[in-house]
Amino acid sequence: MAEAHPQRNLILILARDLASRLATPVFVVDHEGTLVYFNEAAEPVLGRTYAETGELRAGGWATEWSPTDDEGRPIPLEDLPLGVAFREGRASHRSFRIVGGDRVARAIEATAFPLLIREDEIVGAIAVFWERPPEGTTGR
Amino acid sequence: MKVRVWGCRGSLASPGPETVRFGGQTSCVSVQLSDGSLLILDAGTGIRPLGMALGGDHPERIDVFITHLHTDHIEGLRFFDPIWDPSVELNVWGPPSPIRGLRSRIAPYFAPPFFPVHLRSIPSHPEFRDTPTRTWRIGSAAVTAQLVKHPGPTVGYRVEENGHALAYLPDHEPALGSDLSTVGTEWISGFALAEGSTVLLHDAQYTKAEYDERVGWGHSSTEDAVTFGRRAGAERLVLFHHDPLHTDEQLEGVLARAKELSASGPDEVELAREGMTFEL
Repeated sequence: MAEAHPQRNLILILARDLASRLATPVFVVDHEGTLVYFNEAAEPVLGRTYAETGELRAGGWATEWSPTDDEGRPIPLEDLPLGVAFREGRASHRSFRIVGGDRVARAIEATAFPLLIREDEIVGAIAVFWERPPEGTTGR
Repeated sequence: MKVRVWGCRGSLASPGPETVRFGGQTSCVSVQLSDGSLLILDAGTGIRPLGMALGGDHPERIDVFITHLHTDHIEGLRFFDPIWDPSVELNVWGPPSPIRGLRSRIAPYFAPPFFPVHLRSIPSHPEFRDTPTRTWRIGSAAVTAQLVKHPGPTVGYRVEENGHALAYLPDHEPALGSDLSTVGTEWISGFALAEGSTVLLHDAQYTKAEYDERVGWGHSSTEDAVTFGRRAGAERLVLFHHDPLHTDEQLEGVLARAKELSASGPDEVELAREGMTFEL
């Protein structure tokens, strides 16, 4: 079988199609944790467009946006919601801070879940995230 | 390999005077490999005349590849003569499901109230196998199955032998959520199965106008089938899974439209019809 064009798993194709139509920021990684897509809604929060970043390996995207907790301590990849989703095969939620590609610091919340096609086979993971409303407001 | 179409109608068998030229049997294609192995793609009603044509002269081993479990792709299996022959080694391959194995998903079709004979009583005792995620060998061919866009677990197949490839995607809606003409090929459902194929049998159930009212039903328009075939670089595109409401005359119109669209490839485009054969 020709290997010139590696085929994405169908679940990943569907995830990307879905994300591309949502107004909610969505971040999609493949079975190796490589960032393969984030949607237009994610761009203002991340301060960059996907066209600018392209694919990023797990070690790359985990530091690209300098995630920290509210006290400014760096959060390692394995403690980010996507890291937990990947490592433990379960959904995970967390509040943290990032610095966007536009150098603006933002407080966000993210929920990630694994894309499991069998109990022991992960083809990727998705994180849905949003900017936290300023203190004292309730957001939307 | 020698390929023969035994059924190319979608959704529902549609015999009658208006479907004589292209046929009314539901999906079934036989593939005879150079080493004599017999592969059968789908078990729609077309598999019944195939079984009758084989008579008692069938190979000891037969492999049936089911794309998915919608009725028009499995309804003929119960009437395929070799399953009643205890001497045949019958392997039925089908799409993996995240939850249940193929056997337990097919078993209800072989049980009351849908059928009088239980699966456990079928004399050939077919083996049901989920398709592997990697290419595997059957006889002299390499077979690849991949999940493709269609409601429920559904795979397409690629059968390769001696440098030629048959791609079979009878129920497929790659345009769902994607602009097929611009999206990167790695993001096109089924692309790797069809890439550079010698013959591509592909879903083209709807006209453009029909498709616009049936988006998400799992099938392709003539336009999308041609675009998919062109992007995949298929040498010969055979439009498959004809709508049960389409008469022979309407299908001729579909073919005319497909030829008009395929001016820039694939090299050849035609409509599947019962009895059609290819030698790859």
